[in-house]
Amino acid sequence: MILHEPGPLLLTLLLAASTTVILLVLGTPLAWWLTVTRSRLKPVVEAVTALPLVLPPTVLGFYLLVVMSPASPVGKLWVEATGEALTFSFSGLVAASVVYSLPFMVQPLASAFKTVGRAPMEAAASLRASPLNAFFTVAVPLSAQGFLTAVVLTFAHTVGEFGVVLMVGGNIPGRTKVVSIAVYEHVETLRYAEAHALSAGLALFAFCVLSIVYSFNRGFSVHVR
Amino acid sequence: MSADVLSLRMQLSYPRLALDVREELSLSGVTALFGPSGSGKSTLLRLIAGLETPRAGRIALGAAVWFDSRRGVNAPAHLRSVGFMFQDSRLFDHLSVRGNLEFADKRSARDAPGIAWQDVVATLDLEDLLERRSRSLSGGERQRVALARSLLSRPRLLMLDEPLSALDDKRKAEILPYLQRVPRHFGIPTIFVSHALDEIVQLAGSILVLAEGRVQAYGPTAEIVERLDLQPVTGRLEAGVLAPARVSGHDPRLALTHVDLDGQLLKMPIVRRLAVGEKIRLRIPARDVAVALSKPRGVSIRNVLAATIERIAVDDDSAFAEVFMTLRSARIRARLTRDAVEELRLTAGMPVFALIKSVSFDRRIV
Repeated sequence: MILHEPGPLLLTLLLAASTTVILLVLGTPLAWWLTVTRSRLKPVVEAVTALPLVLPPTVLGFYLLVVMSPASPVGKLWVEATGEALTFSFSGLVAASVVYSLPFMVQPLASAFKTVGRAPMEAAASLRASPLNAFFTVAVPLSAQGFLTAVVLTFAHTVGEFGVVLMVGGNIPGRTKVVSIAVYEHVETLRYAEAHALSAGLALFAFCVLSIVYSFNRGFSVHVR
Repeated sequence: MSADVLSLRMQLSYPRLALDVREELSLSGVTALFGPSGSGKSTLLRLIAGLETPRAGRIALGAAVWFDSRRGVNAPAHLRSVGFMFQDSRLFDHLSVRGNLEFADKRSARDAPGIAWQDVVATLDLEDLLERRSRSLSGGERQRVALARSLLSRPRLLMLDEPLSALDDKRKAEILPYLQRVPRHFGIPTIFVSHALDEIVQLAGSILVLAEGRVQAYGPTAEIVERLDLQPVTGRLEAGVLAPARVSGHDPRLALTHVDLDGQLLKMPIVRRLAVGEKIRLRIPARDVAVALSKPRGVSIRNVLAATIERIAVDDDSAFAEVFMTLRSARIRARLTRDAVEELRLTAGMPVFALIKSVSFDRRIV
């Protein structure tokens, strides 16, 4: 536990931030691989990456629950390593979000990398830049807008997720009770004032973030493809 | 700089190109890689630079082996000392001109002799462009920056892949002087890809002719341009000679430049940038040369040179014959009909007059 009993709003932001950082680290090499590979596995990997876009959150959540349960090998390993079950924990929520938001990180990045293309990378190689060096000094800066899109979408999508969270995390205050769950609970229990406060706060937050992004990037839009 | 040997032996088969090249290039000055489009010129450069991999073979520059399929050697592009200037310049648009140059500068061996930042910037006239965004440059400016950037990677070999093809004639004329100056000034052996003969005769000391993925000829520019057997291969390469000449003066009133060719006077449309006394090469296409037995009078052709027939090559399958003549040391070549050769009874050793149309001196190729 990072903080003592964080409220739903803080928990949501923590979840979205952790998910985004983890996906940035995992999704960037994956997106690059998808852009440059000639492997026959590419369509398979692409399909797996896009799966969270089409599956109902309940299906995804169900399988994540199965994999994370302490009875499964993965869940068991986690319990042995951390002494805590992955299901109904914040860590489990992060893991589930990483899977669920994967396409929102990978697809904008892959499309940005594709736009950059081979040409500048060849130029960089001819100027003695190693592939890794060329990636960070040429491909990444030229894909800056793609990175921004990917980060914003991943963050926003994680903030807005509901079904998977409910399946994997349940509704434990301070651990897994994020805003979307809290709003649901408030509505269920007919506490509309609280529901309003949270919902309006979230809507305002999303609006501000997107406005700032758009004003920094005139003529460029935030969407998945 | 001593002449490095670029040893090429490679095979490759792509759906539309089968490349099989075995050649030892003695690299000094500018070598042109010439051939029709689709002949594999650019692919050959890319193979040398390590941007593509041949199926089999060996690529070495001097003692440095870059590729050897038998020994499993395949140096990645960034470890080969090749400066590559692309047709489309490929500047990094997220960097300024200075940033682009620094990208190369800080990654290359700064202790390599001969190439200093200041010298490169001055030679390519880039002082005023340094702080510009590369996106805001014109096509010609982009190519100048690209050339400077390649130089600052301090390569042992500079390769220019059709650097002029994306530019219009005006921009070409802007860039050409830089391309002429740079290899000599910095002493870097240069390979230059082009399918335009007029560019090559201005820039290159030797030519490698490529067609359908194979080397058709390799040798000094003047020699190759003269060779008859290359005609079908080179397509746009017209048979002719490259004659060394000297500018003897200008006639501004008639807009003519006077040229001394082996002690005889030639007049051509004025090229003001040529200095009196400057040595130039004239390209004289064989089909713009006629032959007369005596000095003609009342003829509009201004350039009449006394010459001696050296030999006559007759092609029995066509209507034409090639007549090779010498002045004192310079050679001239005429493409005549076999009919004319028979009627004038032309034979080797015969003194004749070569009639050259003034217009056949293309000012761009000087």
